[in-house]
Amino acid sequence: MKSLIAPAFRRAAPALLTAAVVVAPLAADKPKSAVPPNPDDRTITHVLNRIGFGARTGDVERVRQIGLRNYIEQQLRPDRISDSALEPRLAGFETLDKSSRDIAEHYFEPAMRARRQAKAANAASDPEDGKPMRTPEQMAAGQKERQVLQELSEQKILRAVYSDRQLEEVMTDFWFNHFNVFAGKGATPIYLTEYEREVIRPHVLGKFRDLLGATAKSPAMLFYLDNWQSADPDAPALGERLRQRAAMRRAAGTARRPEPFPAASGEAGQQPRQKRGLNENYGRELMELHTLGVDGGYTQQDVVEVARCFTGWTIRQPRQGGGFVFEPRIHDNGRKLVLGHVISGGGEHDGEQVLDILARHPATAHFIATKLVRKFVSDDPPAELVDRAAARFRETDGDIREVVRTIITSPEFFAAGTYRAKVKTPFEFVVSTVRATGSDVQNAAPLAQSIRQLGEPLYMCQPPTGYADRADAWVNTGALLNRMNFAVQLVGGRIRGIEPSGLALDSAAAARDQLVGGVLAADLSTATSETVAKAQDPRQAAALILGSPEFQRR
Amino acid sequence: MISRRVFLKNGGMALVSLGFVPQFLSRTIEAASPARRKVLVAIFQRGAVDGLNMIVPFGERDYYASRPSIAIPRPNEAEGAVDLDGFFGLHPRMAALKPLWDSHQLAIVHACGSPDGTRSHFDAQDYMESATPGVKSTQDGWLNRCLHAREHANATPFRAVALAAQLPRSLQGTEPALAMNQIAQFGIRAGQGTDMVQASFESEYAAAADQVLSRTGGEAFDAVRMLKSADPTKYQPEHNAEYPRSAFGEALRQIAQLVKADVGLEIAFAEAGGWDTHVNQGAGAGQLAGRLDDFSRAIAALARDLGDRMDDVVIVTMSEFGRAVAENGNRGTDHGHGNAMMIVGGGNVRGGRVYGRWPGLEPGQRYEGRDLAVTTDFRAVFADIVRGHLGVRDTTQIFPGFTPGAPVGFVA
Repeated sequence: MKSLIAPAFRRAAPALLTAAVVVAPLAADKPKSAVPPNPDDRTITHVLNRIGFGARTGDVERVRQIGLRNYIEQQLRPDRISDSALEPRLAGFETLDKSSRDIAEHYFEPAMRARRQAKAANAASDPEDGKPMRTPEQMAAGQKERQVLQELSEQKILRAVYSDRQLEEVMTDFWFNHFNVFAGKGATPIYLTEYEREVIRPHVLGKFRDLLGATAKSPAMLFYLDNWQSADPDAPALGERLRQRAAMRRAAGTARRPEPFPAASGEAGQQPRQKRGLNENYGRELMELHTLGVDGGYTQQDVVEVARCFTGWTIRQPRQGGGFVFEPRIHDNGRKLVLGHVISGGGEHDGEQVLDILARHPATAHFIATKLVRKFVSDDPPAELVDRAAARFRETDGDIREVVRTIITSPEFFAAGTYRAKVKTPFEFVVSTVRATGSDVQNAAPLAQSIRQLGEPLYMCQPPTGYADRADAWVNTGALLNRMNFAVQLVGGRIRGIEPSGLALDSAAAARDQLVGGVLAADLSTATSETVAKAQDPRQAAALILGSPEFQRR
Repeated sequence: MISRRVFLKNGGMALVSLGFVPQFLSRTIEAASPARRKVLVAIFQRGAVDGLNMIVPFGERDYYASRPSIAIPRPNEAEGAVDLDGFFGLHPRMAALKPLWDSHQLAIVHACGSPDGTRSHFDAQDYMESATPGVKSTQDGWLNRCLHAREHANATPFRAVALAAQLPRSLQGTEPALAMNQIAQFGIRAGQGTDMVQASFESEYAAAADQVLSRTGGEAFDAVRMLKSADPTKYQPEHNAEYPRSAFGEALRQIAQLVKADVGLEIAFAEAGGWDTHVNQGAGAGQLAGRLDDFSRAIAALARDLGDRMDDVVIVTMSEFGRAVAENGNRGTDHGHGNAMMIVGGGNVRGGRVYGRWPGLEPGQRYEGRDLAVTTDFRAVFADIVRGHLGVRDTTQIFPGFTPGAPVGFVA
């Protein structure tokens, strides 16, 4: 074990070597902690970069006061951290606490109606004219619809910047990306706010099975991966009945638009009615991306069988923000064989059984451990650590907090090769820049726009894979120039709504001391130091530090 | 004297800034005649386009039997396919490509795809871009290996450009390649301090111990200078080419700009999404029709805009796999296997023909009883382009583990 730690972070070697000697087992059932008791600035900065979104001025000293080991423990228990600095920042938003039903009714339905009106009005006048003319009311409705995703994006940025529950924010970002849904698909955006708030966030350090179960029943996922439409092909009666009910509502003049299933909308009168059928999309991604991993040993037949188990897991009135419902009339109650397990009970329990099997499958433990180690340690996860994290996953029945603890207190996490081994994602880069400069964010929308320009727009990752957690996926020339430009704009006060008020602008030297000393552990290459030293203007000096190769890493 | 073509790979810049170009360098400049540079434009349809509704086998009885609500009608019917050869037709909203077919600039390979049977978007895209189906450990993409095989002294930072926010897997690897959304926005923007800030960043990245960042930084600054001298802001499409006002149309318009700016472009990459039509995909009109309309009009505009330069250009389209023969219960199609690829080019492309062996759509002729079977390996299509158009005779390094058989035939 000792050999794994040494030689540590260059000048930090003595402290870490001592750590390896004095570390004692915390408890018989817990893996040993490699957290150094007397960490240097680099080690503390490393922790702040990995289990949070980077250091602010003064953070390194604060953590030293608390004790690094205590700080890590606190972060693993976010429910015990008061978040008073964040709360006023979120107070002005109106949609964050709203139910999907409210969001549908007050934000999406008016916009949909406005679009229909605008289309009808324009069809009557000039159909060839490209963009439809819209009244001020119609434009306001569209604005209100956009407000939902806008507020969600802003809260994500504000939490990452200001929350003291830094690890919780890192984990929320991680799990949302793992169970990715795309804001651009159909009714998905109606459910996004609730999805992050109630499906992802409460479980980010909880039990994996709970998180998996919550996503499986979330309208956001059911819609995004089409499961809400998946039905036993031999159960055609339901759609017909729903359509009849809808027609009656329409005749009675009820405001609600009937749209229980897409098969019931559209060109109903023109073509013979189709039977709805099995949709494999969720079944496949559930195994490939959410649990077993692509090499997890399942077959196309397993995909079909899993899809059969989840027939009837659907959404009540998705365009109106309705919730999960199990619809027994379209469920396939036949016998299924999933990864060698016979599932024959029928009903909603079929799907629950699949989730049990997958959550406890060894391939899942290994796949999740690999992704977490890649997130916290290295793009090329050390195999031994992955094995230990996977073992911890199995021992604790998928207790995410314990798996994360194993990883972030491991010798590999504190090893020399791990220091600055990750390149920041666009989100991490933008947030860490705002933190480093102590910026006052009055409006986070322009930051969301910057993140988009860096290549990873928030909530807009289309494929179910989420964004790749490997640097080679996002380090490219265009995006790299945009990072430098972002640094220039931010410290120049040229991003609307963001004031770099925490930045020491008295002199170039003051800016240098604050950023290099405070957030980069005084650790710059000679070339960067010399270049920065030449800058006379404090803002230029700051931009050259924040756009430097060193600050792109964490 | 100092033309933009002096900005060669690394090193060249320092000499220029001293106002001094050595003999050997000016010789290579003269040798690098940009008009002779071959260009490959690779277009990825991400999400698995429904090849059977894109290039419609209207002569197949089983096509219509399997797709009661989404089949494209026969050519003589309303919203019917655009007849190509009496058996295959273009989706009606792809009519913009018909003139290219008629002038033998458009070739099609049908029933084309991967020997690997995965129906995962992620894996299949990965396999197509690494061009090593079934092997996930391949580090680089086939287009990057292609650059490597054609390494030459006159390479510029614009050898390979993806008009995308991210560098695609197919262009990742040891050879430099650029990704950009908007060529006009490419550079450091720091107001009056721009030159100083840019020079400072450049020296930081040049000296970075970090290989990935220093290399990427170096490429970026070379490219910035070069593009500035080519002045792309003044661009006007030629020959009345009209690009659709979509992200894809915009990407292809910028590819035309780069080709005409003679900045040394060899491989361009663009992508279009929205093909994953599990639900309500539509037939002659609807969701897929709208996507195909944008897609074909953009390609037709690029070919028109480039005019005679098309003699040195080949455009190839690809998508990770096709979609199931039968429509699903949501009037859409689920993930399938075989697909169609299109090749557009003015030089030695032998268009006006659908290549590949057609396997038929009867249930017994399908892959796993449900999908269009693959009779042409997608690597065979790539390999024909690499050999016939880009002039690389030995493709073993570009397509490891793959030995192409007889040419598919679309390149003379």
